[in-house]
Amino acid sequence: MPEKYQWQSALATLGLEARALAPVAEPGVTLSERRVGTQLVIRGDAAEAEFAAGVSSVLGLDLPTEPKTAHRKGDRTLLWLGPDEWLAVVAGEGEDRLAVSLAEALVDLHHAIADVSHSRAVIGLEGPRAREVLMKGTNVDLHPRVFAEGSCVQAHLGRCHMLLHQLDAAPRYDIYVHRSFAVYAWSWLSDASREYGLSIASSGAVR
Amino acid sequence: MTSQPFRRLEGGLIDRDRPLTFRFDGSTFTGYAGDTLASALLANGVTLVGRSFKYHRRRGIVAAGVEEPNALATLREGNRQEPNLRATQVELFDGLTASSQNRWPSLDFDVGGINNILSRFLPAGFYYKTFMWPAGAWMFYERFIRAAAGLGKAPLLGDPDYYERRHAHCDVLVVGAGPAGLSAALAAGRSGARVILVDDNAALGGSLRGDTATINEVPALAWVDEVGGTLEALENVRILTRATAVGYYDQNLITVCERVADHLARPDPHQPRQRLWWVRAKRVVLATGAIERPLVFANNDLPGVMLASAVRTYQLQYAVKCGRRAVVFTNNDSAYSCVSALMGGGVPVSAVVDTRASGPGDAARKIVDSSGVECLFGHAVVGALGRQRVTSVEVMALADGGSRVTGRSRVIDCDLLCVSGGWNPTVHLFSQSQGKLRYDEGLTSFVPDASSQAESSAGAARGELGLDACLRGGIEAGAEAARLAGFTPTEDVEAARCDHVDEAPVEALWAVPLPARRHGKRFVDLQNDVTAEDVALADREGYQSVEHLKRYTTLGMGTDQGRTSNVNGLAILAGLRDSDIPSVGTTTFRPPFNPVTLGTITAREVGADLAPLRLSPMHDWHAGVGANFVTVGLWLRTQFYARPGEAMMEAINREVLAVRNAVGMVDVSTLGKIEIQGRDAAEFLERVYINRWTNLQVGRCRYGFMLREDGFILDDGTTTRVADNNFYMTTTTAQAGPVMAHLEYYAQTVWPELHVHLTSVTDQWAGMAIAGPRSREVLAAACEGGDVGDESLPFMGYLESRIAGVPVRLFRMTFSGEMAYEVHTPSDYGIRVWEALMAAGKDFAITPYGTEAMSVLRIEKGHVVGAELDGRTIPADFGFERMQKKDRDFIGKRSLERPALAYGPRKRFVGLISEDGRKIPRGAQLVWNPTAPKPVPMLGHVSSTCYSPNLGNYIALALLEDADGYQGKLLYASSPLTDSHVPVRVGHSVFIDPEGERARG
Repeated sequence: MPEKYQWQSALATLGLEARALAPVAEPGVTLSERRVGTQLVIRGDAAEAEFAAGVSSVLGLDLPTEPKTAHRKGDRTLLWLGPDEWLAVVAGEGEDRLAVSLAEALVDLHHAIADVSHSRAVIGLEGPRAREVLMKGTNVDLHPRVFAEGSCVQAHLGRCHMLLHQLDAAPRYDIYVHRSFAVYAWSWLSDASREYGLSIASSGAVR
Repeated sequence: MTSQPFRRLEGGLIDRDRPLTFRFDGSTFTGYAGDTLASALLANGVTLVGRSFKYHRRRGIVAAGVEEPNALATLREGNRQEPNLRATQVELFDGLTASSQNRWPSLDFDVGGINNILSRFLPAGFYYKTFMWPAGAWMFYERFIRAAAGLGKAPLLGDPDYYERRHAHCDVLVVGAGPAGLSAALAAGRSGARVILVDDNAALGGSLRGDTATINEVPALAWVDEVGGTLEALENVRILTRATAVGYYDQNLITVCERVADHLARPDPHQPRQRLWWVRAKRVVLATGAIERPLVFANNDLPGVMLASAVRTYQLQYAVKCGRRAVVFTNNDSAYSCVSALMGGGVPVSAVVDTRASGPGDAARKIVDSSGVECLFGHAVVGALGRQRVTSVEVMALADGGSRVTGRSRVIDCDLLCVSGGWNPTVHLFSQSQGKLRYDEGLTSFVPDASSQAESSAGAARGELGLDACLRGGIEAGAEAARLAGFTPTEDVEAARCDHVDEAPVEALWAVPLPARRHGKRFVDLQNDVTAEDVALADREGYQSVEHLKRYTTLGMGTDQGRTSNVNGLAILAGLRDSDIPSVGTTTFRPPFNPVTLGTITAREVGADLAPLRLSPMHDWHAGVGANFVTVGLWLRTQFYARPGEAMMEAINREVLAVRNAVGMVDVSTLGKIEIQGRDAAEFLERVYINRWTNLQVGRCRYGFMLREDGFILDDGTTTRVADNNFYMTTTTAQAGPVMAHLEYYAQTVWPELHVHLTSVTDQWAGMAIAGPRSREVLAAACEGGDVGDESLPFMGYLESRIAGVPVRLFRMTFSGEMAYEVHTPSDYGIRVWEALMAAGKDFAITPYGTEAMSVLRIEKGHVVGAELDGRTIPADFGFERMQKKDRDFIGKRSLERPALAYGPRKRFVGLISEDGRKIPRGAQLVWNPTAPKPVPMLGHVSSTCYSPNLGNYIALALLEDADGYQGKLLYASSPLTDSHVPVRVGHSVFIDPEGERARG
């Protein structure tokens, strides 16, 4: 039996690791495939104190209730997707037990937990011209006065959907795109980045 | 190479140390960095630059900017060729190649010039008249007219460059970087507001680039540089040059076309040629300036007749003399600064002809007094004389308020006639924003009145023509815009100081009367060859609304959108109708302000980037074995897997037979998948599906239909009860999005009381279907632990297991009609599981198959897809009426009770077999007799068709009226489009295994 693939990420077809071996000097933009771990969609009523407390106790993060914000600590992130919808992204310890722990914590509450770890690919985008690249593809205002570290938003990137999360002021972004659109999104981003000097970084931590 | 005989030795904003070589109509010339194509041509003494649109008359450069009507050129060659560019806006670069347009074989000798001689047979509305009379004449004329019409020719080769679109947001957008715009940007920028300043030109300054004024006691350009430097140092200000604001849309969305690399021979690698900015601004300041009007008199289109402001700009900004001896013809004071520029630059001015009997104001009078130029007040140029270009002008005195000319005419020699008919504020963007215009008697033009959006106009754009007013108005508008956007303007920003110039008012003279018994074309619209006589003819023929006038005469319809002609045209119309100008009104201003190339609008969404391509998790496997792909919606799917030397039909037939006789596997990852959770999940499904759901056991699947509210089928699919309050729904590939939206709508807005949550998991799961009599053996060989026999995984059963060490969801369901299973696994494991199944199936000759074989298999089995569920069918059409619940409501139930759906004779689902072995045409209509007299009654239509290798014949699925009555009968599948009419025998919709024994095993 061919053991070629243990598992294959959405962007594996592009051979990015090989391309990451030739970094560009002073790139305006750096792209990387990000391997972020387990992703869960959590649904529930933020107004229920037990719900917010239950989620917090398992994730160690406060539930973001301010629209379009995310809370992040180490390799754990909780992103606001809607008034009753969040995305939890957890890598490392306890990742595999996350869904079960959440279900236990929320057992008596109206809630839903869906494992979407394979639903989205995550593309890392950073560099001094990263914001310019994004403005080519989205009509969301990303100016630091409006969209800063800890902001997240669901919007269009070119012709596909993205969940955009700004990690720091550098700026560094995580771009979540649906898996089947990942190659399109990557191609779009790398094409849009080219005029600023594009470097491809290694994907770093492996799931 | 010639030596720029009309270039002054000093002055101007050109760089004489950087000579540039360019070609125009095959001749080589030299210009300087800083030139436009127009200024470089003028410097070389080239005055004939084009032929007019209709009469093919000789035309020269008229203007120095965006308003140029004549000097349209085709730039570059080969695949970078671009037509209809204004030479006045084309920045010169080394190696530039340009050619004139609308002439054949050459500019000097143009066959189309015959139109000028025949012009009395080509009146206004000529084309419309050919439609009307004589009957059929248009058919004859059309190919000649089409061949002769138009300006530049569109390039035929693909454009090698790329274009881009991007979004931007700001608090204050300032359009125009002249004195008002710079002041506005400064005031707004200092307040801390996010400011975007856009300007058409390569450098800031606008009209100040060709001006001798002083601001704050320094030359105007020094002030421009200082303000520009201040703005650039502000991190909250973005300056875009070579950027034209072209469209003003709702909610303060302004599109700006930035010519990123048009001034280069070719763009740098990865540099877009042009970029379209979509700017969303809280406030907009329009500092778009004003455009000078020409005057309308006989032969006013001769090369050498130019706008006075343009002559001045060429003289001062480009150090170019537009002629050897000039006459200035004006009805206002502004043209007098042209006199001083000409005299100062070594071009003698023979006379100033001013229509105003009282002459100009003091400042202007001082210019002519000191230079000793002859002034003819109360006079007008009644005609320009000359053939190749102006050689002299004929001047007469005006009488009766300008309604006639009188006295002896006097001919004055000159080769340059500078005209000024007053100024029109550039209100295009304001009007596009739906702002209302007001006619200003003092200015004799339209000015912005009531705003409709969050904008204001400043400077000349609002009719304040004086430099001091522009500087002051700009500061005020910028500060106000910042304040309204939520910022506090700083106190220390004051308007820059300059001298105030008192001017005498402009005096309207819309068309210089022709002397008695004289003819001559008095052009209103130079680009579209519309004369004052054409306007009069349109008026006589009843086209009295300005909108009708525009369409009938084509006045203002050219690429210049009537920038120099509109106000003159409608004022002439007002005069003919004895009404005032405001009541005649203006035509509608529409985007774009300037032509925008289609490449810039489509940006990067061309070719393969037109739409995203969605890839299956198993894509690399399919590609690795050389699958033949097809796009289905956005998805790239395997159509079939041809073996070397195998034709498409051979491959499909082989794949179909493999499934019927052994086992095959197909990638179904594209199916829509939705997780439905919550304690009311079953109740939710009960309401959206036509059939029963609350009694579905955990670990079982069920097939169902969803209807729209109007009773027609939305989608079909299978839903599985994974746990008590957790269902896993699959939808068809095409309807995945619409079904999710449909369900969310009901969950969120119609039944918010239900405790149910929906999550799309289409991309989470890779899906593969293994089908065929040996599928169970393959699955048994691949699954680790656990039995997959009928006990643990019966028909329509569900089981969780592992294959190749990874978790899988197993569903016993069939689309092909064979014993079949769907295997779903988290997407990243898709290839791993697929390969494991292929390996396990090796001993059973497992065959991967594509969408074509899948389609044949389901047609043979009479299963429906989108072709049947086309929004016009209900469950009963397919014999599914018994599936509908009687005791519970569901979406669409009441609509099904409507008489037309409940009792009406409806087409029902049947199968067709080709009677003579010919292919049944796709989309054919079913008729009794295709050769019967028309109209032939249409009894039904073919929805799906294929060749069935199992039946050895062509078969089809169809919807047919009186389906029972036609059973066993012969009909024709008739396709007039392909002229094929195939006899078909009507039968049952299930061709293979009607009892369904194969699937249950």
